[in-house]
Amino acid sequence: MKQTPLTAKHRALGAKMIDYAGFEMPVQYTGLVEEHLTVRSAVGIFDLTHMGELELTGPGALDTVNRLCSNDASALEVGEIQYTCITNEQGGIIDDILVYRTKQGFLLVVNAANTAKDYAWIKQHLQHDTELVDRSGELTLIAIQGPKSAPLVEEVLGLSTAELKNYTFVEPEYKGVPVLLSRTGYTGEDGFELYFPNQFAEEMWDAFLTHGEKYGVKPVGLGARDTLRLEARMPLYGNDINEETTPLEAGLGRFVKLHKEFTGSAVLKQQKEEGVQRKLVAFTMLDKGIPRQGYPLLSLEGEEIGAVTSGTHSPSLDHPIGMGYVRVDLAVPGTEIQVQIRKRLARAKIIKGRFLP
Amino acid sequence: MSEKLLYTKEHEWVLVKGSVVRVGISEYAQNELGDIVFVDLPSVGDWVEEGEGFCVLESVKAVSDVYAPVSGKVVAVNTELEDSPELINESPLEKGWIAEIEVEGEPQVGDLMNEQEYTEYLKGV
Repeated sequence: MKQTPLTAKHRALGAKMIDYAGFEMPVQYTGLVEEHLTVRSAVGIFDLTHMGELELTGPGALDTVNRLCSNDASALEVGEIQYTCITNEQGGIIDDILVYRTKQGFLLVVNAANTAKDYAWIKQHLQHDTELVDRSGELTLIAIQGPKSAPLVEEVLGLSTAELKNYTFVEPEYKGVPVLLSRTGYTGEDGFELYFPNQFAEEMWDAFLTHGEKYGVKPVGLGARDTLRLEARMPLYGNDINEETTPLEAGLGRFVKLHKEFTGSAVLKQQKEEGVQRKLVAFTMLDKGIPRQGYPLLSLEGEEIGAVTSGTHSPSLDHPIGMGYVRVDLAVPGTEIQVQIRKRLARAKIIKGRFLP
Repeated sequence: MSEKLLYTKEHEWVLVKGSVVRVGISEYAQNELGDIVFVDLPSVGDWVEEGEGFCVLESVKAVSDVYAPVSGKVVAVNTELEDSPELINESPLEKGWIAEIEVEGEPQVGDLMNEQEYTEYLKGV
């Protein structure tokens, strides 16, 4: 199993470690619920070094990104970030990623489980004069998330974040170390992500924990990362989206720009014109029981209409919630559906928008 | 109570009271599961087979079966757990009991571990 430069820190903090995408990662420290609520009310710090970072440079870098991804990267100025999907020939999602427009080119931040797959795919589809470098092994990624994240980041890095808009980044220095600081995250809260060379990982981690004490900072594991993103209705690759689902089915249409050509764009154009057959929806339980990935979804009449892709007991709402694909005619907010939980059926209601915050 | 409190390898405890055994999960098990947020109890009158998952405990992250330590009929369930699943975390051996199973004849609990044996067993887990 691969480790991050912070593995020893996690163990010293008493974290429960698991294998996640081939990395030994903390799933929780003191308790999932406590960590989750800390991010909603104060600030949490996450080690996300398992995520992959792929760099594209050269005159053909923009063409490569635009050919591979559903969103339009030509709209990006240096310092701006875009959420986008790498799609296959069928319009299915190979990965959902963030694209950072840097001075040198583009930095693609990809899901840990997909780093090798994405690298191989991109390598095969490089446009003219483009260089691809996998920087995953040299960069540490820490996320600072929660309503108190801005004052904490300002204090540790000695800068103002007032001008740093969502989905933009700056490249300040911390004690002479180059840092990439973006206002991004996967929790639904205000927050930041910091990328920097591995050798400063422990020092940076400790600085945030020490300065964060007065803000109530806590280290947060992957368990709470999952419940936070689900409350914020953000899809998780491998659960809610995969190579068999398209961005249009997943409700990610605003990140699909059909005025340009990219892999799978013809299929997506047709799907958009004809309409999708199924849609990813979020639902809250009306009856008791917790929906879990793979549980069947049924209409009130008992017809099978889809399946749960993510489900949990929401720590913030203290209530079970989930996401799943349902037949398009039933994918309407307010519609009641049923979840098969083991041998019984439990009613649920499709909601509009996110659960929280 | 301690002399008749026995443990299974799956970390359930069993309290034998004549032909009825009360079942719950151990302190170790509740700690491993974390905050329990939902208990899917069996129904009174259900027949359960030894080794069968007869109750489901859910934490935020995980779903875990509780296995029947004996075969028999469920004669009581702790309905308090429906609204207060956290009782299993707070008081796994007492207020967090799960169900009572009535066996035909004497409960066959010879394979189960006493407290001391269970403590030893945990060292190897």
